Amino acid sequence: MTITLNGDPFDISGPLTVSALLAKLEIDARRVAVEHNLVVIKRATFDDAIVREGDQVEIVNFVGGG
Amino acid sequence: MDTFSIAGKTFASRLIIGSGKYPSHAVMVKAHEASGADMVTVAVRRVNISDRSKESLLDYIDTSKMFILPNTAGCYTADDAVRTARLGREAGLSNWVKLEVIGDERTLFPDNEALIEATRVLVLEGFVVLPYTSDDPVVCRKLEDAGAAAVMPLGAPIGSGLGIQNPNNIRIIREFSRVPVIVDAGVGTASDAAFAMELGADGVLMNTAIAGAQDPAAMAEAMKFAVRAGRLAHLAGRIPRKLYATASSPIEGLVGR
Repeated sequence: MTITLNGDPFDISGPLTVSALLAKLEIDARRVAVEHNLVVIKRATFDDAIVREGDQVEIVNFVGGG
Repeated sequence: MDTFSIAGKTFASRLIIGSGKYPSHAVMVKAHEASGADMVTVAVRRVNISDRSKESLLDYIDTSKMFILPNTAGCYTADDAVRTARLGREAGLSNWVKLEVIGDERTLFPDNEALIEATRVLVLEGFVVLPYTSDDPVVCRKLEDAGAAAVMPLGAPIGSGLGIQNPNNIRIIREFSRVPVIVDAGVGTASDAAFAMELGADGVLMNTAIAGAQDPAAMAEAMKFAVRAGRLAHLAGRIPRKLYATASSPIEGLVGR
């Protein structure tokens, strides 16, 4: 199944939690914020939020800026 | 004691610095240390999914000393700015945001209408909102009415280094405002920062002037002293300007008269 991850199509084998998605991507959950279908997900609920077919996921972090 | 507080939080320095455009993380760390600043802006961006080898910015900012101020730079609508602010809050350690809603690509001037709208939304959500705005006293008043914790008028376009283009407006904004006024953008060198503070600004925010200098750490130190000097001069009360000279030495007792 396919989701939209940071604007691009991304294939996953099936529905999975945000935590599992971050683990699969080898991203440290403490360093990022996640938006799931336009709603920001609290870090404490990364284990509960399920990503499904066609969902939009944004994963962001801090970069240098003014 | 001359303290600098925004929304009840007190800062040691009136200089707020950026974290963008440094030649390397190492140079940024040295410049941050030399600046004496205790608030630093950061941007919120998508993680690079295909290449996550890049180091994290937060590995190079001592968050025990530096307060992180996420920005909404690059947002052109109120919706995008609100969305970015919410993500920044979740990625960070506070509910503060440097709110930018840009209205024009070449000048990076703010879209003040959208800025006021986004300020209203975020204040209702409990954010401490520091909006980057035009140097327009009426807009600044509207932002304050919308609940902004400070107003941050530009001195000149972002990254231009032109210095304070409309000093009268900065003075008027300071007179009008009941919240801190932070001159944000346009500083080129130390005298610009000092000038902003002499005009009565409560603080100065800059990125390019330090990050783009040939020696960023040296410029950061210069900015530290400039902001302090300008603040002291403002508090000291300058002499009135006069067209003609007034002698500094006594005019009596001159030899040969």
